[in-house]
Amino acid sequence: MSKGSRRLKTGGEIDRSQIINFEFNGTQYQGCQGDSLASALMANNVSLTARSFKYHRPRGIMGANSEEPASYVELLGDAASGSQPITTIVLREGLRAKAVNCWPTPSFDLMSVNQLIKNFIPAGFYYKTLMWPNWHFFEPHIRRIAGLAKAPERAPMSGQYESRYWFCDVLIVGAGPAGLMAALTVARSGARIVLVDDGSLPGGDLLNTKELLNGQPSKIWVNNVIDELDNLKNVLRLQESSAWAYREQNLVIVTERHPAPKQLIQRTWRIRARRVIIASGAIERTLVFKNNDRPGVMLASAVQAYINRYATLPGKRAVIFTNNDSAYQVAEDMIAAGIEIAAIVDCRKDPAPTHASPTGDIVHKTNHVVTKVVGRRRVRAVNLRSNATGDIKTIACDLLCVSGGWNPTVHLFSQARGSLRYEDSLSTFVPDTAAQANVCIGAAAGKFGLQEIFADALEAGHRAAIDCGFKILELSAPIAQTSAPYSIEALWHSNSDDLSASSFVDIQNDVTLHDVHLAIREGFGAIEHVKRYTTGGMGIDQGKTGNINIIGAVANQMNVALAEIGTTTYRSPFVPIELGAIAGGREDSAVLPYRHTPITQWHKDYGATMYESGAHWRRPGYYAKVGESLQQTINREALATRENLAIYDGSPLGKFEISGQDAIKLIEMLYTNQFSNLKVGMGRYGVMLTEDGRILDDGVTFKLHDDHYLMSTSTANAQTVYRHIQRFLQIERPEWRVWITPLTTQWSNATLCGPKARQVLSQLNSDIDFSSHAFPFMGLREGTIEGIKTRVCRVSFTGELSFEINVRSRDALKLWERLFEIGKPLDLVPIGSEANHVLRVEKGFLSLGHEVDGTADPYDLGMSWVMSKQKADYIGKRAVKVRRGQNRARRELVGLLTDDPYRLVTEGAPLTPDGKLEASEGFVTASVWSVARSRSVALALLADGRNRIGQKAYVRIKNDVIPVTITQPCFYDADSELMRS
Amino acid sequence: MLEITCPFCGPRSETEYINGGPSKVNRAESPDGFTDSEWVDYLILAPNPLGPVKEEWCHIMGCSLWFTITRDTVTHEILPSPETSNE
Amino acid sequence: MAKYSYDHDKARLSMQKYSLFSLACKTLNNHQGWRQAWRTLPLKNEYEILIIGAGGHGLATAYYLAKYHGITDVAVIEKGWLGGGNIARNTVTIRSNYMRDESIPFYVKSLELYEQLSQELNYNLMYSKRGMIDVIQTYPKLREIKRRMLSMHLHGSTYKSLDIEELRRQIPPLTGGGPDSRLPIISSMLHTDAAVCRHDAVAWGYARAADDYGVEIHQNTAVQRLLKGADGSIEGVITNRGKIRAKKIALAVSGHTTTLTDTVGLQLPLRTFNLTAFVSEPVKPLLDVIVNCPDLGVYLNQSDKGEIVIGGASDVGQSFRRDIKQDVFEDSVRATLELFPSFKRLKLLRQWGGALDIAPDATPIISKTKIPGLFVSAGWWGGFKAIPAGGLTFAHLIANNENHLLNEPFTLDRFDHLNFILESGTTAH
Repeated sequence: MSKGSRRLKTGGEIDRSQIINFEFNGTQYQGCQGDSLASALMANNVSLTARSFKYHRPRGIMGANSEEPASYVELLGDAASGSQPITTIVLREGLRAKAVNCWPTPSFDLMSVNQLIKNFIPAGFYYKTLMWPNWHFFEPHIRRIAGLAKAPERAPMSGQYESRYWFCDVLIVGAGPAGLMAALTVARSGARIVLVDDGSLPGGDLLNTKELLNGQPSKIWVNNVIDELDNLKNVLRLQESSAWAYREQNLVIVTERHPAPKQLIQRTWRIRARRVIIASGAIERTLVFKNNDRPGVMLASAVQAYINRYATLPGKRAVIFTNNDSAYQVAEDMIAAGIEIAAIVDCRKDPAPTHASPTGDIVHKTNHVVTKVVGRRRVRAVNLRSNATGDIKTIACDLLCVSGGWNPTVHLFSQARGSLRYEDSLSTFVPDTAAQANVCIGAAAGKFGLQEIFADALEAGHRAAIDCGFKILELSAPIAQTSAPYSIEALWHSNSDDLSASSFVDIQNDVTLHDVHLAIREGFGAIEHVKRYTTGGMGIDQGKTGNINIIGAVANQMNVALAEIGTTTYRSPFVPIELGAIAGGREDSAVLPYRHTPITQWHKDYGATMYESGAHWRRPGYYAKVGESLQQTINREALATRENLAIYDGSPLGKFEISGQDAIKLIEMLYTNQFSNLKVGMGRYGVMLTEDGRILDDGVTFKLHDDHYLMSTSTANAQTVYRHIQRFLQIERPEWRVWITPLTTQWSNATLCGPKARQVLSQLNSDIDFSSHAFPFMGLREGTIEGIKTRVCRVSFTGELSFEINVRSRDALKLWERLFEIGKPLDLVPIGSEANHVLRVEKGFLSLGHEVDGTADPYDLGMSWVMSKQKADYIGKRAVKVRRGQNRARRELVGLLTDDPYRLVTEGAPLTPDGKLEASEGFVTASVWSVARSRSVALALLADGRNRIGQKAYVRIKNDVIPVTITQPCFYDADSELMRS
Repeated sequence: MLEITCPFCGPRSETEYINGGPSKVNRAESPDGFTDSEWVDYLILAPNPLGPVKEEWCHIMGCSLWFTITRDTVTHEILPSPETSNE
Repeated sequence: MAKYSYDHDKARLSMQKYSLFSLACKTLNNHQGWRQAWRTLPLKNEYEILIIGAGGHGLATAYYLAKYHGITDVAVIEKGWLGGGNIARNTVTIRSNYMRDESIPFYVKSLELYEQLSQELNYNLMYSKRGMIDVIQTYPKLREIKRRMLSMHLHGSTYKSLDIEELRRQIPPLTGGGPDSRLPIISSMLHTDAAVCRHDAVAWGYARAADDYGVEIHQNTAVQRLLKGADGSIEGVITNRGKIRAKKIALAVSGHTTTLTDTVGLQLPLRTFNLTAFVSEPVKPLLDVIVNCPDLGVYLNQSDKGEIVIGGASDVGQSFRRDIKQDVFEDSVRATLELFPSFKRLKLLRQWGGALDIAPDATPIISKTKIPGLFVSAGWWGGFKAIPAGGLTFAHLIANNENHLLNEPFTLDRFDHLNFILESGTTAH
C-alpha cells in the first residue's frame, strides 16, 4: 500500500502543502489540511475501517457526513470520545483514533466468528432463548460483546464547555445553497439572523459538486455570500455546529463543535427564534441487496464528495447502481477524475431522457438491478439481474456506488411536531404541515433542482423577514448551470427476500431484510414494532440512510402504501451530542448553588463540620475538638447549653414582614391558632396547614406595631411558605391590603442560650432592658447593641433561656465576634445542628421532616390547643375535620424510653405489634442520647399512642426487637420554666 | 422551555416561574357550608384536559406576581388571554 | 413478489414454544416457520370484559383474567400499537424500596412475579436482578432511606448499607461527590431486589400469552367515548371502529385516564405530566447496577446494548406533549455529570417523554368507580415495576368485583377522608 496513492494531483478543498500526521489503529499516516479522517484514510488506501455491531462483518466508509452508517471510531488521548462517525472528524495534527467494536483490529477481528452463527441469531432471537436457568446467567457475556466504543475514562483534562442563550428574528439551519440564499435575503433586510451549519465549511452540497453559478465555480458565490454575511452586524454565523433539537416555542438547540476561543471544548446555544428556516438538505438512501455492506459499497453522493471536495479516489473501476437521476451527475465527475465506469445499473425501464445516455461507451443497464456483491473484505465484482429476463451477469469492479434516492432531512421539522406526507413522485416523506413558525426549503422540502432551490429560498427569506417586520431589498438568485429535473422509481430491495440474511436495511445495527420479514411474520408489523423488534434505526446514525428502506420493505411485504405505514418518531438529537456540551460547563455550586451566612467563614475557622441543612443552606453540624468522638462533641455542646452558655447561628431562619390594614386577617387565615389578641412587642408560636390539612410549617410571629408583623418560618420551608402566602393573597384575597417583605437574608441572627445567656447581654452596651420582668418570654425588643441596630426575640428552640439577636446581615459577624469575646470568659460554646437536635428532642419540640412527615396533624402531635375553636375559618381547618371524621386509629406523638438506657434506636425504625415481623403501628421520629437524662430517649408516632403511655411497645430493627416504654413526648423541664426564666 | 409573558415584567423564560396548577373556583368564604364530599372534591379534583387549560403561574424569580394563562396541554401554545388574576 | 399469508385462523390455541431447540429447528428453514406472536381477529361487537389500553398493565390484566379467573371473552383495545404507551418509554427500573406498609407488599409481590415471568410466559424478558444503589448526599435523605430500609425488612424487601469505598469499587465511573464537592457522598445503600428488564418484551410476552388463552387484542382501535346505560352502569364504548358493548370495562391508559372518564362525567383526582428520559450512545459495560441519586434527582443504568439510560425530574405543568423541556433536561445532565464527570464526553443518543398521571398523594389507584362496571388502574407515575402485581390485582378486582388484599389500600375511597398514602416522606408534589 503506497501512501497517498489515491490522492488526485489537483483540485479539492484541501491544502496539499500542509501535511497532517495522524494515527489509525496504531499505524501512522499522513493527510492534508482540509481532510476528514475518512478522506485521509481513503487517500491512504485504507478501505476496511470497521467491524459491524452484531455479526462483526468487515465494513468500510459508505458516506461522507453524519449519515455514515458503517465506520465508527473512538478518539484517543484527551480527545477521548465514544463512537464518532469517521466521516465527521476533521483531521488535525496528532489525531489518534481506533476502530470501535473489533479486536484486535478491523482486518483481523476475533469476534467475526459471529458471522458463522448469523442465521441462528436473527432479530429478536434473544426473546426466544437464554431463559434457562435465567437471563442473568448469560447477561455478562452478551453485554461484553454489545456496545461500541469504550466510554471515555475521564473528563477532558483541559478546556471547558459553555452554553448561551440567544434570541433572533430568523434562524436558518444549513448553509448549503438554500440556506445561504435565504440567509442573504433575510440578512439584507436588517433582521437579526443566526446561520447554523453542520459542515466544516459552508456551501453544503455545492462543496461536493462541480456546479457553476453565474458561469463561475460555485465556490466564488459561496465565498461572496459568506463575506457579506460576516460583515453584517445582524448576523451570527455558527459553522461546524449542529442544530440537534427543536423544542417548543421555536427554541432550537445548537452545539458548536469548535468554538473560537481555544480553551473552549464546545459551546451550546439555546436559540429562540421568531422564525426558523430549515434548509438542512437531504440524505441519500442506500439500496438493499445481498452484501450491500461490503467495503467498497458507497453512497453515490459520498463518492462525489470524496472526488470533488477531498480529491481522493474511492476506487478505480466502478459500477453505479441507482433508481433515480442524481447518480448520473456523479458518473460524469467520476469519469473526469479518472475512475473507470464499468456499468451504470438503473432499475428503471426508461430513465428520464436528460440522463438516459451517459457519455462515452459506458455500459448502461436499464431495467436491471444489482443483486449481490462479490468479495468479502472489498468489493471484487457485482451480480446484476435483468428485470426483463432474470438473467444474471457478473461485472468486476472495486467500487459500487449506490443511490436509492433522496430523503429530505426533516428531523428538525418533525421534532417541532410538523407532519410529514409520503410523496409518490419522490418516493419519500416530505414536510407537510408545520406545527411551529418554521418552513423547510430546498432539498429539505423535497426540491432538488438548484434553480428551484434558490427560488424557494428567496421566497422563504422574504416571507420570514416580512413576518418579523423588516423591509426587503431587491435581490436575485444566481443562475445555475444545470438544473436537471429529478425523477425516481421506488426500489426498496433487489431481491424479494434474502435467506442468507445479508441484505442490510440498517447497516449499523446489522438489521437485514430477512429480519424485517421475520418481524412481520411474527406479528410485529407496526413500524414502531419493526423498529423495536429488529432494532432497525436505533443505532448511533439513527438510520439516516436506511429507515425509509425499512418502511418500504414493510409496505411491500404487507402490501400497503408507505403512507399508511408512516415513519417512526424523529427524536432529538439529530446527531449525538456530548453530555458535557449540554451541561454547558456548569458544575458544582453552579449546579446547586448554596447559601451561607455572614458567619460561615468564622464557623469553618473554628473547626465546624458544615453540611446541607435544607433550602441550600450550609450550616455547622458540630465543632469537633481534637480527640473527641462525634458523640462526645454533641454531648459537650448540648451539655454546655443546658448547664452554662451556648451560641448558634440562626441566620437561615425564614423571616417575613407582613404589614397593612388586613395583615392580621391574613395571619389568622394562615395559622391554626389565634393571633388577633397578640400584644405589640410579643410573639406567638403558630402552626400552618396546607388546604388539604397537612402541616406546612411552624414558627413564631411577632407583632411589631399595629398592622405590622414579623413572621418566622422554618429554614427549609421559607420559600414554600412565601409562595403559599403570596398565592393565597393574590389569588384568593386580592382585595386585602397586605404587603409581604421577605427578609430572610436581610437579617441574620446569633442566638445566645443557656442559663448564663442574660449574663452576657448585661455586659453589652445596649438600650434594651434584658431583665425577665422587662423582657418576658416570647417578647421582642428593638434597640441597639454595641451601636448595632437589633431586634431581639425571646424565643427558645432548646428549652433554655434564649435570646435571638437579629441584626442586619452586614453587622452579623461584628455582633457574633463581640458576643464571643464577652462570652469567652464564661466558657461560651458554639453549637451546631446536631446538638440543637438533641436539645429539641429532649423538649419534644417538633421538627419538620421528623415528626411532621405528611400524615400527622396537630392533634396527633398533642397540640390540640393550637387548633383554635374560636376562629370560624383558617386554611386546612375543613380538611382536618374531614380527615378526623372517620373511625380510624391515629398515630400520635409519644416519647419512648428503651429498656436498656444505653441502647439508641435508629431514627425511622418501625414499631410493630409485639415486635413481630408485620405491618408497623408507628415509627421512631427521632432518637438521641439525652444529656439531661444521661440515657437514650426517642420520639415516635404510634397508633393510639397517648392512651398507651406507660405501656410497652417494640421497636423492630431488622431481626432485633427492642422493648421500650411509652412516655410523654418530653424528657426535660416538662413545665418549661427554664426557658421562661 | 416556554417563554411566558409576565403581565408585570414581560416575556421571560419558563425557568423564572413556578406553576401553580389549573385554576380552581375561588376558595369559599365559609367552608363549613360544604359537605365533606364537596370539600374533598374541591381539594383533590382539577381539570386535566387534552387541550387548553387555565392555570396559575407565579413569576417567583421576578416580581412574585401570580397570574393566569391559558395553555394548551398538547401543543403547549399559550393562548391569548389578557386577564390576570390580580391588580 | 411473494406475499406472506397471515395465520388468522389458528384452529387451536397452542402457543408455539420458544427455546434454544425451536430456534435451532427454525434456523434450518430460515425462520419461515415462526407464527404470529398474537393473532389479528375480527372485532366483535360485544365482550364480557373490555380492557382499554394494550400497555403493560392492560395486557397483564388480560393475562391474569384468563389464567386465574378463566375469563377469556376479553378484548384489549389499543388506540395505537400494542405496547406503545409508557411501557415503550420508561427507564426499565424494577424495585420495591417503598416506605409505607400499604405499598411495600404490593411491590414485593410484583418483583416476585417478575422474577419467574420469563419462564411463565416462555418469553425472555431479559430480567436482570442487578440491584440498585442509592447514592446518598444529605442527612435527611439518609434518614429517610434508613427508615425505608427498616420498613422494607418487615415485608421481605432488602436494603444493605455500603460504605463509600465499596460504593466506588462497585461503580468505577462514580468519581464525583468527593469530600470537597458541593454535595459529598455520605453514605450508600444497595437495594438487592432491584432489577431491569427489556420493557417492550414485557408487553409482547403478556400479549402473546394472553392471546394464547383466547384473549383478543385489537390495535388501532381508539375509544372516543365511554357509554353509560340507563341504570347508570357502564355499557360499552364508541370507537373509531364502531360501538363495542361490555358490562365490565377496565381502563389502563395511564395519562389519558381522565380523557376517557370525562366522557361519562366521572371526575378523577388525576393530573397528567410529562416525564422524560434519555440514553447515551452504546458503550462497553461499565455500570453493573442501577444507580439512584435521590439528592441530585437522577437515576441511571446501562442497558444490555450498552446505552446508559438516564431519568430525571418531571416537567412543570400538566402536559400530554411528550416533549423535552430543555432546562429540566439540562439539569438532569448536570446532575449526572456531578457524580460521573467522565461522562462529559459521552454522547446523548436519544431522548423521549411520556404522559404520566398522578394522584394527589402520588400513590396509584386500582379501584372500582362510582359507575358500576367501570374499573380504573391509574396514577402509576412510573408504573413499569408494578405491572405484574397491578395486572394480578386488577384482574382480581374486575373478575370478583372485590379488592385483592394487595390493592385494598389503593382504592379511590381513600380520598373520601383524605387518607393519603404519602411515599415521599414529606409532601406530595
